[in-house]
Amino acid sequence: MSSLYEKIGGEGAVNAAVDIFYRKVLKDDRIKHFFDGVDMAKQAAKQKAFLTVAFGGPNKYSGEDMRKGHAHLVKNGLNDSHFDAVMEHLGATLKELNVPADLIGQAAAVAESTRNDVLGK
Amino acid sequence: MLDCLTAHGVSIPSSCHAGICQTCLMQAISGNIPATAQPGLKNTLVAQNYFLACSFHPQEDVQIRLPMTGLGKLSATVAEIDFLNTQIVRLKLALNTKFNYKAGQFINLFKDNATSRAYSLASVPGIDDQLQFHIRKLPDGLVSHWVHHDLKVGDNVDISDASGDCFYVPDMPDQKLLLIATGTGLAPLYGIVRDALFQGHSGTIKLYHGSNSPDLVYLSEELKSLALQFDHFNYTPCISGKTVPQGFAAGRAQEVAFKENQDLSGWRVFLCGHPKMVSTGKKLAFLAGASTGNIYADPFVLVPRSASKTISA
Repeated sequence: MSSLYEKIGGEGAVNAAVDIFYRKVLKDDRIKHFFDGVDMAKQAAKQKAFLTVAFGGPNKYSGEDMRKGHAHLVKNGLNDSHFDAVMEHLGATLKELNVPADLIGQAAAVAESTRNDVLGK
Repeated sequence: MLDCLTAHGVSIPSSCHAGICQTCLMQAISGNIPATAQPGLKNTLVAQNYFLACSFHPQEDVQIRLPMTGLGKLSATVAEIDFLNTQIVRLKLALNTKFNYKAGQFINLFKDNATSRAYSLASVPGIDDQLQFHIRKLPDGLVSHWVHHDLKVGDNVDISDASGDCFYVPDMPDQKLLLIATGTGLAPLYGIVRDALFQGHSGTIKLYHGSNSPDLVYLSEELKSLALQFDHFNYTPCISGKTVPQGFAAGRAQEVAFKENQDLSGWRVFLCGHPKMVSTGKKLAFLAGASTGNIYADPFVLVPRSASKTISA
């Protein structure tokens, strides 16, 4: 049986998704201020890493990494509403790429599982 | 490679260990790097033999280093210094040995062993025999002051190897190119434009150069005649100050450029000059449709007089 990552389309799918997804995030008034002053190219690599995680792809990020990586944002007010906004863009991106609904649901569930670590709960 | 380094007590920055985050970026000085060790790397990094340590399984001997370390120093002779306007000089250096660089990269120019500044190359290998730099005199600039007042034709100076990822790679000759510069950010783009034309780039090339006032504009006549010579090259000098003479666009270069080019899907974008222009320009180019892999930038960060080691361009 092939994995979620393979079913969605592996690295090719991540590459197709990353610009669409990141553009949605940067245009969203609810969350775009969290990206002020960050380097675009480095951030795009991180967005790619996030999508790889969500697609069930290879990664070595631990819950602790997620906590550390977002701690400064939590301090600046990162909360559930912002996480919800990102989840919304993840779903919309996959839909735009014609990923079947059941796979979108599985990817969303993987991303959802990082919520508490990202928000430092 | 990453596991081997770690096992031998050599610790380098790393994060995902899966060829995604690009934290363990390294550069090969000799030896072959397979494409599998360069997943997702920008073409300018591939062109300089960069690779990801976590994705590299060497089959033969290679010499490697961390990015930006081990820069060599070499001696050059001042061949020419002339004023491009009241504040900017063009410095031309001659070298006895072959110097490998790409138009748009930068070097460190040493005033003495302790004081150096980074300057972008405006010259093009294959077109220009000498290295060329555009150096603006800064109020507190140790090195720029020295270049403007003390340096003479025939003097010997030390420079570093060239580095930087903002240059032209001839992998898509029909791609549209948008280049935006402020101030002496024109230097690398003047090199990149001529390099692209020299290498037969056939897609539209649009250059916008921003200055505060008309007296700070430079190389304008030369760029205008280049635009007459090449139909697909377009040059727009912009003035952000109040007095805007005929032949110039009114407004900041990036405002004019993004207004005139609203859909940048599929474009390649180069941004050089003021750090704020570069960082907002990157975002605006991306939001206008350019993909992150197609955005090349070189922010010119100034060095405070108290700092001794920081690099500026």
